[in-house]
Amino acid sequence: MKRSVFKNRGLPYLLVLPQVVVTLVFFFWPAFESLRLSFFRSSAFGDKVVFIGLENFQKLLVSSDYYQSVVNSFIFAFGVTALGVGAGLFVAALATQRVRGLVAYRTAVLWPYGIAPPIAGIIFLFIFHPSYGVLPYWLSFVTAYEFNWLLQGWVAMALVIIATAWTLVGYNIAFFLAGLLAIPTSVIEAASVDGAGAIRRFRLIVFPLLAPITFYLVVVNLIFSFFGSFGMIHAVTQGGPGGATEIMVFKLYKDGFIGLNLGSSAAQSVILMLVVIGLTALQFRFVEKRITY
Amino acid sequence: MSGDGVLAAPARTVAVPAALETRRTPFSWTGLVVHLLLLACVALIAFPLYYAFIISTQTVDQVIARPPVLRPAGHAVQNYVDAWTRAHMGRLLWNSAIVAIVSAVGKIVISMLSAFAIVYFNFRGRALCFWLIFVTLMLPVEVRIMSTYEVIGNLGWLDSYAGLTVPLMASATATFLFRQFYLTIPNEMVEAAQLDGAGPMRFLWSFLMPLSWANIAALFVVLFIFGWNQYLWPLMITNTEAMRVVVIGLQDLIPRTGTHIPEWNIMMAAAMIALLPPVAVILFMQRWFVKGLVETEK
Repeated sequence: MKRSVFKNRGLPYLLVLPQVVVTLVFFFWPAFESLRLSFFRSSAFGDKVVFIGLENFQKLLVSSDYYQSVVNSFIFAFGVTALGVGAGLFVAALATQRVRGLVAYRTAVLWPYGIAPPIAGIIFLFIFHPSYGVLPYWLSFVTAYEFNWLLQGWVAMALVIIATAWTLVGYNIAFFLAGLLAIPTSVIEAASVDGAGAIRRFRLIVFPLLAPITFYLVVVNLIFSFFGSFGMIHAVTQGGPGGATEIMVFKLYKDGFIGLNLGSSAAQSVILMLVVIGLTALQFRFVEKRITY
Repeated sequence: MSGDGVLAAPARTVAVPAALETRRTPFSWTGLVVHLLLLACVALIAFPLYYAFIISTQTVDQVIARPPVLRPAGHAVQNYVDAWTRAHMGRLLWNSAIVAIVSAVGKIVISMLSAFAIVYFNFRGRALCFWLIFVTLMLPVEVRIMSTYEVIGNLGWLDSYAGLTVPLMASATATFLFRQFYLTIPNEMVEAAQLDGAGPMRFLWSFLMPLSWANIAALFVVLFIFGWNQYLWPLMITNTEAMRVVVIGLQDLIPRTGTHIPEWNIMMAAAMIALLPPVAVILFMQRWFVKGLVETEK
């Protein structure tokens, strides 16, 4: 459809100006600077820079610390996503029954999304607290194993994964319910008339219809876990114990802002940019899919 | 089924005969089991917040007692007052409110203007502008922190509200949302407005704006929460106590093992205060919030 437009020479430029200025000054210029710096080595005060080609990247690729942070990021991101999206799907499966008050249930699970990850982290920090927390206390009846996130890397990782998934689960449920309520009741009823049981109905009819949403949520949860969870790590574990929860974004901050190793930190930025570009491309595949469906 | 039409509306109005909606379903065991399971989920999700709340009402002795006390106690007022004064909560909340409101309003205004330009004008560089805005999706602050920090330093914006808010203001999602919405508005409206002699700004202000309120409200809620919960950016560019936001200011109250009195009750009281505004916004503006969430992802 051809749209009617206004005729004006200067005005459209004036209208896009604020957005374009913010975009160029705070997004493109810094991104370009990161890219440029990733090929240089700079002194701690930034007064001297030396071109070193790909050396920053080479160093990262052979660094076991960096390798560890990549592995941690993947464990963290996939852990959060599996837990958060899995829990959302579980609730969606229950909601297939179309019991009354689904929207009230949505209200009852949506609010943790408003809690900043660092604050959620602090709450779980106490729940997991080795001396005072309620979770180690309850677990002490089940097993003699001592869960101490200050000493055991995997407990610390479990802590940050659970806390992050907690803030995301309501978001996931809201999307699943939106998708579920958009499936006409008649489709589900037709299936039950045909004698399909609840589990069969979910597997054969509801889940295929929710598959695009699931895919989308997986990508969004991954993006959030990779890039949005700096606060969780910084406030709760500081990457510890022994680097067990040091994810890529946290290492980038630590090496750049605290270690003042600008070249390496810039190279890490570039690698993360590639990750986010890949994930965003995946996210937009979903948009295409939804248009055809 | 409910009064909340935001999610349910599209398919229901088309597909469901009214008779199905009002039919009384007989008691079913499946329904009961589903309700019980759903309630269990709700309880599980609510437990951490409940636990934080009861800790915030206890004395230190109760906090560290074994077995843990899982009932509220009567020490709430004292704890909340302590948390408020120790963390300079007034100042922190004020800063967070400014960051959240200014960045949300700023995003909405500049996104609305650029979407308007992109939809309603033909100009050289239109596609380029669109792509510039689109690509910001792929440049989250986390991947460009060091260089953005430098830019802010060069502008002299460290420790300022400008530094806290302006760099957050570009928004591809908000621009897409407005663009998407403007594209649904029939051409006849523009033509009618032009016949009446309305110029472009007049058309934006008197025709488009009144139609956009639902989108604006939905975006505002989502962006407010996003702004309130910012962490990395304010952490980097504010050094003085006076400019801190609440999510960061809380960190000082965490009792680190070994060196501090375990005053988790004060910590939790402060956490409750800090999380209340965004959670209240979600609960009271839920309709807009869900609309905002679902629509910004299109």
